[in-house]
Amino acid sequence: MADRFPSPFDIETPDGAEGWRDLYSYSSLFGEERRTYEDGGFWFHDGVHWPEALTPWDTTLFEFAIASLSQYNTRHYLIPPAYGVDYRILNGYVYLSPVPAPDEEIEARVPLFMERAGYYFGNWDRLYDDWLVKIRDLVRQLTELDFSALPVMEPMEVITSGAGQGAGNALLSSYHRLLDHALTLWQFHFEFLNLGYAAYLDFFGFCKAAFPSIPDLAVAKMVAGVDVDLFRPDDELKRLARLAVSSGIDDRFSGEVLEIWPRLEADEAGKAWIDEWTVAAEPWFNFSTGSGFYHSDKIWIQNVEVPLGYIADYIVKVKDGKDLDRPVAALHDERDRVVSEYRELLDSDEDREAFDAKLGLSRTVFPYVENHNFYVEHWAHSVIFRKMRDLGGVLEEAGFITDAADVFMFKRSEVSDVLFDLYKGWAVGAPARGPSYWPGEIERRRGIHDALKSWSAPPALGVPPEVVTEPFTVMLWGITSDSVAAWLNAGGEGEEGVLTGFAASPGLVEGPARVISGAEQISEIQEGEILVATLTAPSWAPVFGKIKATVTDVGGMMSHAAIVCREYGLPAVTGTAFGTTTIKTGQMLRVDGNTGKVTILD
Amino acid sequence: MTTYADNDSAIQFDALVLDQHLRVGGKCASLGTMSQAGLPVPPGFAVTTDVFVDAREASGLMAQISEIVAGVDTEDQTALSSAAMQARDLILGWPIATEHERCIRGKYADLCLLSGVEDVPVAVRSSATSEDSPDASFAGEHDTYLWVCGIDEVLEKIRSCWASLFTERAITYRNQMGYDHAEVDMAVAVQKMVRPRAAGVAFTLDPSNGDRSGICIDAAWGFGEGVVSGDVTPDNFLVDKVMWSIGRRTISPKTHAHLLVDATDGAGHPQVARVELPADQVDVPCLTDDEVVAIARLARAAEKHYGCPQDIEWAVDDDLPAGEDVVLLQARPETVWSKKSRSVGQQGDLVSSIVDTLVNPLSARSGTPSA
Repeated sequence: MADRFPSPFDIETPDGAEGWRDLYSYSSLFGEERRTYEDGGFWFHDGVHWPEALTPWDTTLFEFAIASLSQYNTRHYLIPPAYGVDYRILNGYVYLSPVPAPDEEIEARVPLFMERAGYYFGNWDRLYDDWLVKIRDLVRQLTELDFSALPVMEPMEVITSGAGQGAGNALLSSYHRLLDHALTLWQFHFEFLNLGYAAYLDFFGFCKAAFPSIPDLAVAKMVAGVDVDLFRPDDELKRLARLAVSSGIDDRFSGEVLEIWPRLEADEAGKAWIDEWTVAAEPWFNFSTGSGFYHSDKIWIQNVEVPLGYIADYIVKVKDGKDLDRPVAALHDERDRVVSEYRELLDSDEDREAFDAKLGLSRTVFPYVENHNFYVEHWAHSVIFRKMRDLGGVLEEAGFITDAADVFMFKRSEVSDVLFDLYKGWAVGAPARGPSYWPGEIERRRGIHDALKSWSAPPALGVPPEVVTEPFTVMLWGITSDSVAAWLNAGGEGEEGVLTGFAASPGLVEGPARVISGAEQISEIQEGEILVATLTAPSWAPVFGKIKATVTDVGGMMSHAAIVCREYGLPAVTGTAFGTTTIKTGQMLRVDGNTGKVTILD
Repeated sequence: MTTYADNDSAIQFDALVLDQHLRVGGKCASLGTMSQAGLPVPPGFAVTTDVFVDAREASGLMAQISEIVAGVDTEDQTALSSAAMQARDLILGWPIATEHERCIRGKYADLCLLSGVEDVPVAVRSSATSEDSPDASFAGEHDTYLWVCGIDEVLEKIRSCWASLFTERAITYRNQMGYDHAEVDMAVAVQKMVRPRAAGVAFTLDPSNGDRSGICIDAAWGFGEGVVSGDVTPDNFLVDKVMWSIGRRTISPKTHAHLLVDATDGAGHPQVARVELPADQVDVPCLTDDEVVAIARLARAAEKHYGCPQDIEWAVDDDLPAGEDVVLLQARPETVWSKKSRSVGQQGDLVSSIVDTLVNPLSARSGTPSA
């Protein structure tokens, strides 16, 4: 077994991707100036959130996210042993490196953490209620941003109101505000999350101390909520499917989307259905088919063929008399059973008291942990990407780019320069440089990005720590000493045809594999297959009614695949690292969600 | 001739109800209670005291027997021995009423059918009913007949069990206590002999660390003797008793097993011997996952039934249908870890504990992940 991963300085540029560094900020690249630090560190690829090569602008939300996470650890709550998480982009892929707090600082950080974290734990429900107001207000502000073409002349009211400024100014300002809101969004995201994980880890640690062999899954089951916002979009689809059947309009959902809408609008029943759709769609169909971090992820509300396709599937099931509801009452009962049985097995009343307190806090914090993802990565990101496309439309119209989506080929800081070029050309009444400069440059960047997309990012770089102790690394990314060892061992002494990962949802099944490399392939999934994917997205929920089990490359006990499979009672093995590269569609698999083992049977 | 309901003659263990306990004796009552507490013992049935009483009355021999044993000088070993022998010989000739016999035959036929074995081997044991038995250890001495095959032999051994009421020691005891020999009665347990495909032991905690959430199973091919004595290396499984997941499995090379062999002893009973296993059994698990979980559930049921951690012996009976083939042979309290405290003993407030979790994550996370 190797004792280290490749050096980031030994990773070669993929053919056709020469010049890739131009696509990313200088500060997020590995470089000679920081070589000693970078080469001695441990960098793991975050495939949970960023499985694919990023376009230049898409790094914005990545950088905002990781910087905000870090800021809360380091500067707000002073998490005693942990500073933030450093990051780099290599060949377009994201690498992260947790930074420990210096040993000599840990003790001094303890009382500060206790005071600050203690305040949040003690006022959690009120602060979370405030958060829900803040986040909705932020989304509203994002929604109100206006990116439209600059007028030939300012309207008269600009003169009469004495505004003293014009549309070009407003356009530049709107972009800056979009960035401000996006960073604020990520500040809000981590206002609670790190503390939520800390409380969960404490309960987890207690359970492991009381019951050394307790499955991780059991701890997750005791804490996890049953009524989670992340399931809401899927629940809305089911509701709409049932409504279509009960109002006798279920035969109108076949064929092209463009044909479906007029068919529905033809009568009152159809119109009533559309009204219900509209209510459900905002916000619940601001739902990404991916992790929410890519502008290319499809959003249901902008790609209605996706939710309509699911609704059509559900209509068939409703008419077959199948029960679409998640067994909520049974899930509640099961959670209560698991809690009461472990509780009863504890040794003393003192232990039961500690168990109750820790479980109570975990359950207080967990609604945030489970729900924030919808508000931030799905809803707010949908709006941000939508607004950026509007901005792209302005630039397209001005001839700077040939397609609105090309706006994501700009670095975020370049966009200010580009807009100023546009503004100045408009202001002066002379040609901007952009239309003659950018289309060619964008074409070059697209070529590079395409080459990066087909590169396979190694799971880790540099020197692994002897033991992975940083709690957030374990919790957020499912990275442990064992998974690091498994990566080092890949292709080595491992058992032939066997992959191991997290036993994320129990059960043992066999079936044919369906390897999916992206959301656009989910329609290929057939009844009774085992889904094999890099990761799954919450919006794939409707396919979980078809499949027998799930295997993912990345993610831990709390990954979406894990949560959804537990809901649907399907076995899941997550974080296998090499599932999609080892398994071929059609191969028979045995998935053991009790032990985290996936066996290729042929 | 009186006619009887089936349940007046012979009752399956898993159908025994509380108000029948007096008529089936302590051993059968206990087997019935276990069956109904989710502790499936090897299947079988109780032959009630009604059968005994009716046979005693029909024989017309009880007055004679009483006379023989009540008057004997229990200090005179020769006389006592002779009296006991005469009494027992008379009992062996007692007639069993036709209706009773029909019922017993039916129950035995059911057992053969369930097992898929003609003349299925059973153990026939006495099941004493009351305080007229001197003590438990005494009861076990002379009245257990193993490997009884065929209904005729079963009926014969039922009478042999009845006859065991008149051992020298029992006679002496009743004479000393002033009990009436004509008032005693006896029930009989007829229970299938287990023919284990695999067997072993299970603890309702993890003996390596006292973890009360685990059920630890040692299993080997064939009879469990090798697991208990340690002359075979068993497969080991750890099952979580809440989630019912198998968290640890160690498949050992099992070169030998204790199996039934064709040779019989002097009494014509099959013999169990330690034999070498064919290569294809050595390295494969001796239990399926379903069987592992079924055994764990059985152990957990025993723990709940007896209210404390248990150390059980179990077997997977090759003759019984899948799903009903895991049987409990014995349960006793676990004594090592049950007496120790396994308290986490965490003090202090929640936030200090969170600090501790963050600063010492390893201590908090030993054993993860399950992958």
